[in-house]
Amino acid sequence: MGRINRDQLNEIKSRGKNIIDIRLGKVSVDGEKHLMVGGGTACHASKSEPVRDAIREEIEKRGLSQRCKAIETGNDAFSTLAPVMVVYPEGVYYVHLTPDDVDDIVSEHLIDGKLVERLLYKDPTNNKPIPRMMDIPYFSNQTLITLRNLTLIDPEKIDDAIYRDAYQGAAKALIDITTEEIINQVKISGIRGRGGAGFPTGMKWQFAAKSEGDIKYVLCNADEGDPGAFMDRSVLEADPHAVLEGMIIAAKAINAHQGYIYCRAEYPLAIKGLTIAIEQARRYGLLGKDILGSGFGFDLEIYQGAGAFVCGEETALMISIEGKRGMPRPRPPFPAQEGLWKKPTVLNNVETLANIPQIILNGGQWYAAIGTEKSKGTKVFALAGKVVNSGLVEVPMGMPLKDIVYKIGGGIPEEKRLKAVQIGGPSGGCIPLELLDTVTDYEAITATGAIMGSGGMVVMDEDNCMVDIARFFMEFCQEESCGKCTPCREGTKRMLELLTKITEGQGEIDDIATLEELAEMVKDSSLCGLGQTAPNPVLSTIRHFRDEYEAHIKDKRCPAHVCRALITYIIDEEKCPGCGKCKRVCPVEAIIGEEKVVHTIDPEKCIRCGACIASCKFDAIEVV
Amino acid sequence: MKEITLKMWKKIDDIIQRYKEKSGALIPVLEECQDVCGYLPMEVQERISKGLNIPGSTIYGVVTFYSFFTMVPKGRHTIKVCLGTACYVRGGKANLESIQDEFGVEKRETTGDLRFSLDSVRCIGACGMAPAMVVDDDTYAQVSKQNIMKILDGYK
Repeated sequence: MGRINRDQLNEIKSRGKNIIDIRLGKVSVDGEKHLMVGGGTACHASKSEPVRDAIREEIEKRGLSQRCKAIETGNDAFSTLAPVMVVYPEGVYYVHLTPDDVDDIVSEHLIDGKLVERLLYKDPTNNKPIPRMMDIPYFSNQTLITLRNLTLIDPEKIDDAIYRDAYQGAAKALIDITTEEIINQVKISGIRGRGGAGFPTGMKWQFAAKSEGDIKYVLCNADEGDPGAFMDRSVLEADPHAVLEGMIIAAKAINAHQGYIYCRAEYPLAIKGLTIAIEQARRYGLLGKDILGSGFGFDLEIYQGAGAFVCGEETALMISIEGKRGMPRPRPPFPAQEGLWKKPTVLNNVETLANIPQIILNGGQWYAAIGTEKSKGTKVFALAGKVVNSGLVEVPMGMPLKDIVYKIGGGIPEEKRLKAVQIGGPSGGCIPLELLDTVTDYEAITATGAIMGSGGMVVMDEDNCMVDIARFFMEFCQEESCGKCTPCREGTKRMLELLTKITEGQGEIDDIATLEELAEMVKDSSLCGLGQTAPNPVLSTIRHFRDEYEAHIKDKRCPAHVCRALITYIIDEEKCPGCGKCKRVCPVEAIIGEEKVVHTIDPEKCIRCGACIASCKFDAIEVV
Repeated sequence: MKEITLKMWKKIDDIIQRYKEKSGALIPVLEECQDVCGYLPMEVQERISKGLNIPGSTIYGVVTFYSFFTMVPKGRHTIKVCLGTACYVRGGKANLESIQDEFGVEKRETTGDLRFSLDSVRCIGACGMAPAMVVDDDTYAQVSKQNIMKILDGYK
């Protein structure tokens, strides 16, 4: 089909009603099954493609292709279980699949209608299988708006997206309502920028709409660079049309006709998916001139980043699209007045844009009903670290952190004690156990010294050293500092030196005060968000874990036994039978002792590599 | 150093032609040219400078700013020899030297046939397997003069 108008869009949508109802588990039609195989980067890395191919082959071979369809989604949300598959209409969730499992799934589930118990998700507390995806606490405690199509559509098929209301919001924005009303609904929704800073999206659009000029731009920031964060990547891989539609609506709101998606080159699958989505949208006339017969035109291009973290900053991103070194510039003028090529520009993050179509379709009030007073809607986090279930989670604003960690994340493995939750990556901070009742709300999180950030959430337990964590993030910021302004260029370097000195046991008591002073200075005087937030990990760890800094400096001790210069390995005389195993694996011959006699470690020679601990069957080696 | 062949120059010129009229084309041009040549030596940068009418200093500034661009060719395989303390004392340095001697490259260089790029790394956390070496995504334990060439034979 070529270009479509609104009636044809609705026609496609109604054609898919049955398909979607099956996938939503609402109807069951003649034993029809939809096998939604997880795709996306994490599933591909866990070898989901051979599973997908094997299922398709087996279905074909057994002559089941009429009623059973294997569809690849962009779902890799519950990363620890990949590769996964959901079978609809029953919504049964199979995990850790290999091509060898396919035979059982086809003959037992598809033909005999029985569950393949060994492949079901097991509740880690009692090892009982939980067959349905939506009964698994990891999913049942989430609210999916941004990620609503995760397991329901093939992201490479525009019709699948249209079955799930794609471009309905755009149709409404382009045909039914005025630009003022679009901006008004976005303002009512209360949505704030999901890239981290949390600026109200509706206000940003209003400024750009009011700016004079024939040429304006809408940009999508897909330069997701925080270590460990992959929310935007998943949205792009699982539901690219939601982002395109969000951009069309933004374009109409500010009267722009050209857009760019700035995507980091490290996301090849997302770029491929976007390219396909853009081609399909153009073919339907959902991009280009006269979209849906509305008279309004908008088109966009993908711009590949070339590997610079600072290009996630808005002015740097625009300068990078202009083909220059991506270094931020001072504001004002703000991009809404003077952005890309000095034209009024709106830049929104992927997650923000993906929410827009539903806000327009369902109304701002609908979105504003979710969340807290000042933080509306949902937020996607990449939950990782010392937590049983790691992966993407989407929760309503206002959910306490402890619920995310325990109810969704399943708590801390190996009965360890939670120490802190790090939020916001290199721009964020550590929220300690005592403050775990803090809710996901921009202001509440900022009050703890962290920031909402783009969605990185790393759980830390007693084995994580907070000084070491601060050093890790500072090293990242120092390497990524573009060097344009002195406070960031020099300040991050000096802070890194001080933190390294402390972790190496050379710290002096004045170093904490010096760090604090430097941190405040860098925060206040840096040009852009990178420098202004780079000190956050240091300041928040000093604020909540000053005792750990003091232990490193005064007692020359690392309480978490992480900093190698501050730990000693000793052998417990009671436990060591003198088997000689550790002696053989020690790379530096630091272990001495005759056979069948208690061994000892020479602290001068020991490099604290841990090889002996890993080899000892008697738990005889301790770190102090 | 890898030669830029006539065929490559032709492709480079085609890329420049395609983007000539477009503003902000430098980064995509550099990305595509690097795909063609594997790296961006000065002579390629100069050709782009003339073609797009952008000062060479600006191009050099962009090439050195973004981590995706390289001015030395990258090999098909990357060898990383661990020189963390454990590996060092167990012969990591000798392993590095034997690779350097065999292929005539230094650290952070690439062999003439673009087969290997060589580098050393600080501890990779595999001290119990010392001395360790990583080739592409594969980690090898207890690497020695006796087995190192055999391992590398697997990477053509």
